[in-house]
Amino acid sequence: MAPRIKHDKPGLWSALASPIGKKVLTGITGFAWAGFVILHMAGNLSYFGAGEAYNEYAHKLLSTGPLLYAVEIVLLICLVIHAILGVNIYLGKRRARKQGYDAYRSAGRPGLQSPSSRTMLLTGVVLLVFLVIHLKSFKFGPGIAEGYSLLVDGEPIRDLKRLVTEKFQHPIYAFGYTGVMVLLGFHLRHGVWSALQSLGAMNRRLTPLIYGIAALLAVGIAAGFVVLPLYIYFFAP
Amino acid sequence: MAQTMTIHLKVWRQSGPDAKGKLVDYTLENLNEDMSFLEALDVLNEELIKKGEDPVEFDNDCREGICGSCGLMVGGIAHGPMKATAVCQLHMRHYKDGDTIVVEPFRATAFPIIKDLVVDRSAFDRIIAAGGYVSVDTGGAPDANSLPIPKEHVDEAFDFATCIGCGACVASCPNASASLFTGAKVAHLAHLPQGRIERKERVVRMVDQMKAEGFGDCSNHGECEAVCPKQISIAAIAKMRREYLRALFG
Ligand code: SF4
Ligand code: FES
Repeated sequence: MAPRIKHDKPGLWSALASPIGKKVLTGITGFAWAGFVILHMAGNLSYFGAGEAYNEYAHKLLSTGPLLYAVEIVLLICLVIHAILGVNIYLGKRRARKQGYDAYRSAGRPGLQSPSSRTMLLTGVVLLVFLVIHLKSFKFGPGIAEGYSLLVDGEPIRDLKRLVTEKFQHPIYAFGYTGVMVLLGFHLRHGVWSALQSLGAMNRRLTPLIYGIAALLAVGIAAGFVVLPLYIYFFAP
Repeated sequence: MAQTMTIHLKVWRQSGPDAKGKLVDYTLENLNEDMSFLEALDVLNEELIKKGEDPVEFDNDCREGICGSCGLMVGGIAHGPMKATAVCQLHMRHYKDGDTIVVEPFRATAFPIIKDLVVDRSAFDRIIAAGGYVSVDTGGAPDANSLPIPKEHVDEAFDFATCIGCGACVASCPNASASLFTGAKVAHLAHLPQGRIERKERVVRMVDQMKAEGFGDCSNHGECEAVCPKQISIAAIAKMRREYLRALFG
C-alpha cells in the first residue's frame, strides 16, 4: 500500500474555499435554483390548465407546510452561498488582473466565452432584485384576507390566478417580467453547462453536446416563463 | 518572390517592473511576408538599435513552438489570431499590407512585467514544484515496456503533457485563472501509473499553490482552450476538479 500523507488532505473549510471548492459550491447551489425554476415554470403553465388547476396547484404547494419551509430554507441558503461566491469570484478576478488590456478579443471557438458567460454577475444581480419584488408582489402579496379568494369544495383558497391576471395586465409588470426572464435564459445559458464543468462532469466528447443542450434548456425555460405574462397582457379578458 | 508589406505596430513599452508603461507607435516597411511575427520584431529592434534607442524586450527561445518561452498578446489575442500557433510560429502573411497590430504583454498580477513585453512566469514553476513530479524507483533503469498502460490512457496523458507552459491560458482568461495550465499538469499525471503515490497530494498542493500565486478563479469561459498553442482541452480542468474531489472524499 502506498503511504498516505495525511496532512495534505485539506480540511472541509479550506477545501470549500479553494478554487475547486468554490466552483463546486457555485455549481450545486446553481443547480438547486435551476431545479426550482423548472418547477416554478411548470406551475406557471398550469395557468393554462382546465378549471382551477392553477389555484389548486398553488394551494397544494402551500399545504405541504413544513416541507415547503424546508425547501425554502435550502433555497435561501443556496442563494446566499451562490451570490457570495459570485461576488467573491468577481473581486478575485479584479485582483488577478489589475491592469486590463488596451486591445482584447475573444479567439472564438472552441472557447465558450459569450455575452452570457461575461454577464453572469450582472444578470445575477438583476435576478436577485427581481426576486425580492416578485416575492413581495405574489408570495407575500394580497391573499384571502384581501378578497383574493374563491371556494373550492366549500373551502376558501387564495385566488392567485386573479392576482396574477391583474398584475400582468399592467405593461410594466408584463414586460418587466418578460425582460427579466430573458435575462434568466442568459444566466442559464452559461450556468447550466458551466455547473456540470465545475462539478468535473465534463469531458472532451460531452462538452459540445451538453453545451448545446444547455442552450435549448435556457431558451425553453425562458420561453416557458414569458408565455404567461405575454398571454395575459395581450389576450386575457 | 515574397511580397513585402508595411505594418503599423502599437507596442507596450515599459522600462521596468514599477515604471508606467504605454503603447508606442512604430511602422515597419518592406517586411517580408514569410517572416514570423518575432522576426518582424527583430527587424524593429535592429532599427531601434541603429537609432540608438532601447530595443523592445520580448521572451523567446526555440522559435519553433515547442519551448513555451514566447508569449505576446497580438491584436488582443494571446499568441495572435492563428489557432494552435505560438507567436513564434505566427507569420506575417496572415496580415494585410497596412494593418495595425497592438502588441501587449501577458497581463496577470501573478505574471508581473519585468520589462516591455517580458513577464515573470515563475509562478508556473512554483505550481509544478508543488506537486507536478513523480516518485521513481532507484537502481537500474527498468525495461521500457515493463509498465503496461492502456493506449487510451497514454493518448489522454500525452495530449495533456503537450502543455509548454507558455501562459497564454492565463493571459486570455477574463479572470486571469491558471486552471488550464494546472489542470493539464494534474490530468497528465493522473492518467499514468507513475506518480500514483502522490496522486491525492498532487492536486491539492498544486491547486493551493495556484491560489497562493494570486491567479483568478475559473468561470468556465473556455477562452484558454481557444488560444492554447497546444489545444489543451478544458477537459483537463474538469479532470482536475474530479481529482480534487477524489482527494477529498476518495
Ligand atoms: S495550457 Fe496551453 S496555453 Fe496554457 S500554458 Fe499550457 S500550452 Fe500554454
Ligand atoms: S519561442 Fe519557443 S515556443 Fe515560441
